[in-house]
Amino acid sequence: MKEMWKGNHAIAEAALRAGCKFYAGYPITPQTEVGEYLSARMPELGRTFLQAENEMSAAYMLFGASACGMRCMTSSSGPGFSLKQEAISYLCTNFLPALFVNVIRWGPGLGNLDSAQTDYLRDTRGGGNGDYRLVVLAPNSIQETVDLLYDAYDIAERYRNPVELLSEAALGQMMEPVEFPEFKEGPTDLDWVWDGTGDKNSYDHGRPTTAGKPAAFRKKIETMRENEQRWENYKVQDADYVFVSYGLPSRTTRTAVDKLRAEGEKVGLIRPITAWPFPYKGFEEVPGTVKGMISVESTDSGQVIEDVALATKKMCAGNIPVYGLFSGQNIPTPVHIIEYFEKVKSGEEKEAF
Amino acid sequence: MAFEKRRPVLVEHTHTFCPGCGHGIFARLLAEAIQEAGYERKAILSLGVGCCCNMNPPSWSGDVLQTAHGRAASVATGVKVARPDLLSISYQGDGDAYVIGLNETLNAAYRGENICTFVILNNNFAMTGGQMSWTTMPGQKTTTSPAGRDCKVTGMPIKVPEIMATLPNVSYVARGAVTSPKNINQLKKYIKEAISAQINGEGYSFVEIVSPCPTNWAMNVKDSIKWIDDNVIPYYPLGVLKERTGE
Repeated sequence: MKEMWKGNHAIAEAALRAGCKFYAGYPITPQTEVGEYLSARMPELGRTFLQAENEMSAAYMLFGASACGMRCMTSSSGPGFSLKQEAISYLCTNFLPALFVNVIRWGPGLGNLDSAQTDYLRDTRGGGNGDYRLVVLAPNSIQETVDLLYDAYDIAERYRNPVELLSEAALGQMMEPVEFPEFKEGPTDLDWVWDGTGDKNSYDHGRPTTAGKPAAFRKKIETMRENEQRWENYKVQDADYVFVSYGLPSRTTRTAVDKLRAEGEKVGLIRPITAWPFPYKGFEEVPGTVKGMISVESTDSGQVIEDVALATKKMCAGNIPVYGLFSGQNIPTPVHIIEYFEKVKSGEEKEAF
Repeated sequence: MAFEKRRPVLVEHTHTFCPGCGHGIFARLLAEAIQEAGYERKAILSLGVGCCCNMNPPSWSGDVLQTAHGRAASVATGVKVARPDLLSISYQGDGDAYVIGLNETLNAAYRGENICTFVILNNNFAMTGGQMSWTTMPGQKTTTSPAGRDCKVTGMPIKVPEIMATLPNVSYVARGAVTSPKNINQLKKYIKEAISAQINGEGYSFVEIVSPCPTNWAMNVKDSIKWIDDNVIPYYPLGVLKERTGE
């Protein structure tokens, strides 16, 4: 039976159901409820909650626990998630799985507490030093948050790479009916873990040698890019204009699509469910007659639109114009989206790419 | 009866430290202490960044995690959460643990994480070629204090073990040195106490090791030892700063 759950609490419970045995974190709005919930819930389950001195330290605690094969997570937002980038880079170079949750708040620096998607480019391009990527899961509902988290550790262990859940302030704060899956355990037969014996210590624990790392990173990134794309297409096949939107803006965009369809406009929606790898495969359904692609996102100057433009260039014939509606620290309303669409159609709005 | 020379299994290969460096002596003592506790196949070292990077295999034959600059105590904390049955040890230098990592080092101690931290104190950032550290002595020349350290603007050398000793959740704190047979024997006892404290679940234990760096000090080994005896140990006195209570 479905129950009403707050997004951040659902993140916490879903991670536990997925096998999380250790959480380390530091409070920051709008995701503090994740740690608060776990501080009470994890001792009930005989698992470990640790309030760290800062965001970096929490992420490095994951380094140690993950190396020993434990499913673990940390969560943050805004400047706090920036501080975790160094450790994420270290986890990647050491081929260590872990779960990172970013409940985005708007803006650079301290920013503010408004819901936004302004960390999109940083989080889909690595963020720390080096050439790496995380699989970035980007739900648009609390139930989808739970469902994606249930697979997160399996993905992380498959590639020996951290996985990120990319949420938004409003998605973390709001309540929706959800149903949780049963508790599951992580694998006990990982063949690379640090177990103190030194037996796997032909230096590597299954990691590539320094000389082999560039090729290994490339192979891993290409494999994840091929296998992990997730998306949902809505009324794309005959569309003249295709919206592309993930997370909460995708919900209002879908409403706008329905309203425009009711007025006879042929519009559709591609909704990325993975922000990385970006779902290029979703663009295969875009008809050759399409007149334009429209990115709808809660950013200031356009971030998702760069991926929309690249995917359009790769997957669609001709030089299809790409437009962007950027709503800053607001979720665009259906009215806002429809007004923008009318301007695109009339030629008043110029393409960005 | 013939004397049998036994090399601890964790240092079965030759290390890669500079001639005269104190790290090699400490590594040997650590390997002996771990083996004597019966943990040579139940230990994970979390290494800082600096000359302790030379403790990566093959120098060390056990499990090693090469962490980031200053964060080894956090990684060792995570290791202990996942594997409380193993010895979790962070091995760092003074630049790593006391400068960039002061926050993580002190906070692991403050919480009383059940890990051991060993810090080699050689009064400079040695791996990067001898820059000033927070432990550089007054007037000491380094590549970033070429006129000699001016403590009025850079601070006096920091005494982290003395701070550690004030924290209630810290179980054991000592400062040893590798400068004489007597000091080496004493240091080994400190290391064994620190390891024993972790095995006994007493919480954070910490040993600082005063150590020569002839390469970056531009001294021969003999002069380096004399310089320590004349300058470092009078400021950084050796001994136990906090005794174990067994709790």
